[in-house]
Amino acid sequence: MSAYEAAFRLWRGNVDGGDLEDFKVEVNDGEVVLDIIHRLQATQAPDLAVRWNCKAGKCGSCSAEINGRPRLLCMTRMSTFTRDEVITVTPLRAFPVIRDLVTDVGFNYAKAREVPAFVPPAELGPGEYRMKQEDVDRSQEFRKCIECFLCQDTCHVVRDHEENKGAFAGPRFLMRVAELDMHPLDAADAEGLDRKTTAQDEHGLGYCNITKCCTEVCPEHIKITDNALIPLKERAADRKYDPLVWLGNTIRRRGR
Amino acid sequence: MTQVERQQWDVVVVGAGGAGLRAAIEARAQGARTAVICKSLFGKAHTVMAEGGIAAAMGNVNDGDDWRVHFRDTMRGGKFLNQWRMAELHAREAPDRVWELETWGALFDRTADGRISQRNFGGHEYPRLAHVGDRTGLELIRTLQQRIVGLQQEDFREHGDYEAGLKVFQECTVTRIVKDEEGRVSGVFCYERESGRFFVIEAPSVVIATGGIGKSFKVTSNSWEYTGDGHALALLAGAPLLNMEFVQFHPTGMVWPPSVKGILVTESVRGDGGVLRNSEGKRFMFDYIPDVFKEKYAESEAEGDRWYDDPDHNRRPPELLPRDEVARAINSEVKAGRGSPHGGVFLDVSTRMPAEVVRRRLPSMYHQFKELADVDITAEAMEVGPTCHYVMGGIAVDSDSAAARGVPGLYAAGEVAGGMHGSNRLGGNSLSDLLVFGRRAGLHAARYAAGLDVRPVVDEDQVDAAAAEALRPFSAEGPGEEDEGVGENPYTLHQELQKTMNDLVGIIRREHEMAEALQKLAELRVRARRAGVEGHRQFNPGWHLALDLRNMLLVSECVARAALERSESRGGHTREDWPGMDRQWRRANLLCRLADPTGGLAADPVRGQIRLSREETEPIRPDLLALFEKEELVKYLTEEELHE
Amino acid sequence: MATGTEPDLDPAGGVRGASRAAIAARHLRTDRWWLSPALTAAGLLAFVVYSTWRAFGNAHYYAAPYVSPFYSPCLAENCVPMKGGPNWEIFGSWWGLSPALLILIFPLGFRLTCYYYRKAYYRGFWASPPACAVAEPHRKYSGETRFPLILQNVHRYFFYAAVPVAGILTYDTVLAFRDEHYAWGHMGLGTVVMVVNIGLIWAYTLSCHSCRHIVGGKLKHFSRHPVRYRAWQWAGKLNARHMQLAWASLISVAVADFYVYLVASGVFADPRFF
Repeated sequence: MSAYEAAFRLWRGNVDGGDLEDFKVEVNDGEVVLDIIHRLQATQAPDLAVRWNCKAGKCGSCSAEINGRPRLLCMTRMSTFTRDEVITVTPLRAFPVIRDLVTDVGFNYAKAREVPAFVPPAELGPGEYRMKQEDVDRSQEFRKCIECFLCQDTCHVVRDHEENKGAFAGPRFLMRVAELDMHPLDAADAEGLDRKTTAQDEHGLGYCNITKCCTEVCPEHIKITDNALIPLKERAADRKYDPLVWLGNTIRRRGR
Repeated sequence: MTQVERQQWDVVVVGAGGAGLRAAIEARAQGARTAVICKSLFGKAHTVMAEGGIAAAMGNVNDGDDWRVHFRDTMRGGKFLNQWRMAELHAREAPDRVWELETWGALFDRTADGRISQRNFGGHEYPRLAHVGDRTGLELIRTLQQRIVGLQQEDFREHGDYEAGLKVFQECTVTRIVKDEEGRVSGVFCYERESGRFFVIEAPSVVIATGGIGKSFKVTSNSWEYTGDGHALALLAGAPLLNMEFVQFHPTGMVWPPSVKGILVTESVRGDGGVLRNSEGKRFMFDYIPDVFKEKYAESEAEGDRWYDDPDHNRRPPELLPRDEVARAINSEVKAGRGSPHGGVFLDVSTRMPAEVVRRRLPSMYHQFKELADVDITAEAMEVGPTCHYVMGGIAVDSDSAAARGVPGLYAAGEVAGGMHGSNRLGGNSLSDLLVFGRRAGLHAARYAAGLDVRPVVDEDQVDAAAAEALRPFSAEGPGEEDEGVGENPYTLHQELQKTMNDLVGIIRREHEMAEALQKLAELRVRARRAGVEGHRQFNPGWHLALDLRNMLLVSECVARAALERSESRGGHTREDWPGMDRQWRRANLLCRLADPTGGLAADPVRGQIRLSREETEPIRPDLLALFEKEELVKYLTEEELHE
Repeated sequence: MATGTEPDLDPAGGVRGASRAAIAARHLRTDRWWLSPALTAAGLLAFVVYSTWRAFGNAHYYAAPYVSPFYSPCLAENCVPMKGGPNWEIFGSWWGLSPALLILIFPLGFRLTCYYYRKAYYRGFWASPPACAVAEPHRKYSGETRFPLILQNVHRYFFYAAVPVAGILTYDTVLAFRDEHYAWGHMGLGTVVMVVNIGLIWAYTLSCHSCRHIVGGKLKHFSRHPVRYRAWQWAGKLNARHMQLAWASLISVAVADFYVYLVASGVFADPRFF
């Protein structure tokens, strides 16, 4: 066990402006970045705004950017840094800032509302659902998501292009579409809802250029790109890029 | 009169965990316009931390299970102090609540024939916990969250407004329940964390679903939200709290590194085959089987090991005793010097199953130890020790309607409500509790609101007082007249409170320590009134903590006073000076009320803010008593109860 | 209010937009984030240069019994005759350019639309994004929503084409178990090179995301299709290595071609084992 003093640089401010401020703070064995933030709150900056809840990587509240990389504060061990490294912590840079490390993640809640909910099969009552484990495995992987929104933050489609926020749901919610489309009992089809088509037409799947940053940052290690987004693109292709269907649609559109 | 924004809703749900969301769904289904207020972002509630599963006697894995068996297990786990009608409703309704989740999109792990898989857990006679790996709480909260979004989509299709019938006010905190002149609930006073702005929601029904109190203890598995807000709100509104001395210490929390001390290690580790060993390598739990459980648990390691594959012909290993027993056993081993290097004991799965199986069945535990402690649980044993986990005590409620006593329009469900779990909760019974009583609270709150001809009027004086109270930390003064500058640091006060509760009212309790705790709480109370903060109202955690201190101090005093009063050991209340369970005490409920009936906090420093009273428990209905063998009942009930 | 959920449509956009935390730097990464896209770009560029030279060269692609994978099948009349080899003069005599161009279009298209290569060149050449959380230099971005990039969706048809091409290369590899006089039952170093190459080509082809989708990924109920479920799992295992296989097969195909070039141009004599 040995304590040492680390150099931290935290972004402090609000929507009107702000700056990176330097701090010196004690670090003990086994600590994570969130411990250090808490120590700063208790000793040097009582009004330092930060979101956190479980401190165990299960709730996805303490998302921020550490040395420029989107991370969970509670899952970033101090031992991953050298002792003389300056550790820079900023709020998520894809979302509007509120104060200090806290951002307005409302974008994500708006997008969540745009994905139509699970449609229960009309013919089955509660307790009558029968699903095989192999049929729920895929959707279960996606349901591990803790909604930390790091994937939404790192995705260059909206991070670098505010104007795309209207059209693009982001990896988390495209994955939600995939989850429902792969749910063995989702009856969206019966209601005339084709999730494969709407993924592209309404949720902006085409904006994704599969550069995999969402997978890289996912603290739950969900293979977002390989298991959700690409399969969804293939499912959309089933519907829309079968050349014969495509040709027919084009001719019909011309004829109109 | 304070100028604050007003909104009118029919039902306000305080808290967006499992109970709160289930209540909101039900209230909206009953046609009530429902507002949910939560301190965190929507979907981050502490329920996500629940790992093991939802206890419901569906009988999917062992068809010997039914609600009666579940009821029996629950009563045994709670040492018969449970509000029996709640335990009955819970056992009867839990399967429906679980199946309903599937119709909202939940994906539980499956049995080979496609039904919901169920796993073994401490204190449950049959495999009973519907689960998803070890992230069941996340599945529960996400399913309810997505159901709410689904309902909002329906409202959008109908009214063009997602929030026409159901709205979530996230990152807002309720500091007071306001009442009308007749003492009925008329709304809540809140502040928005983001801006610090105050607002009032006027509503005839309020459902409290704020969870627990763990943040008053130093070593806890609970998140920052667990500051006992709902308990305090109810007390301040005039409702009593029931049996607050019963606090569950989960036997297995992480003990190292220090920064993660207290974080939960799920009971499924033991349910799936993990064993507890001391520093001598001995499976010590065999030495700690109490008499009341002697017939139910294996006597040898061989028998215990056989049980995992053949539960019908073998008895379960004692690692699966109820949590209070295991926590005490670990505590004793450590005290006797047979603990692990960092003051816990060893929990081992690495020698019990192949690495691949560990990773598949306990993925988030594997992950948690790997990333937080740099321990590979497939290769070495975990170090674990007790951690404050759950409060069995809570708002005294009517079993059927979840209505809080004495305050019309106030309801409570989930951890914040008392009674259901008696003196000790079984693992898996909390998630089912949230669903069963969350639904009931939402249902009855909506009915009550619909049944009123005239909505209760908000008393403006109460709003003014609440606003002044919330602003006090900004004008705090130093401790004496000579001292200048800001007042007490709320973070320091919080740490002192946690240490006091942890050391003096913790897992093993002694009379003189609790008396000392009450003394310290009195001092902290005085200092907390001077808690001061820097900066302004916009997202200011120091200010938020200063306001939460009031609640933590109130519930801590309840816990300490009730614990001092109850001179026996039972479930989550262990007295070193009164080690035995006393059948006379089973008939006693301890109720905490605010000493000042007007809701004021200017308390006498010695007598404190809380007044304690004792009342007799309601006799258990005969047909429910008949579910137990006579030999078992004599361990719990007095002679005269048995002859009645 | 904290529940305000309308996205902010500030056209200034980007990490330095008005609503975002005021930080001047385009990124704050302290690691060598540029290394990976730089290596990717260099590797791909090297292959493009090499393959262009070879494809247009129209020479030194056959050294009995080995045919370069760039020139197989050989579909024009101007091909070097390969005994028993894939010489099908579908295009007749009017084709005057290198016959490689006729066939390379398929593996090229397969790789160009491949989900891994897309990532590689979007990052390496387009800098879209250069690395995670590093701001990209473009003002506008429409991804694969419109022409021409929307055509990436045809990947599966290139996969369909890649399967017979791989089949023909397998056939070439079988033919490589002859000697230079077309007698069967012999092996040289070139045979080993071709066996390794075809192994990697197949592994890359079958690890394709479209393949994984087609064999089983498109199903809603695996339990009703146990064989396809097995195939999907198998494709999934390969798919997890898609990037590694993409590079390995790219290198092996170049090596195989270069080996044939060396032997055909007489620089190097193929060591015969038996």
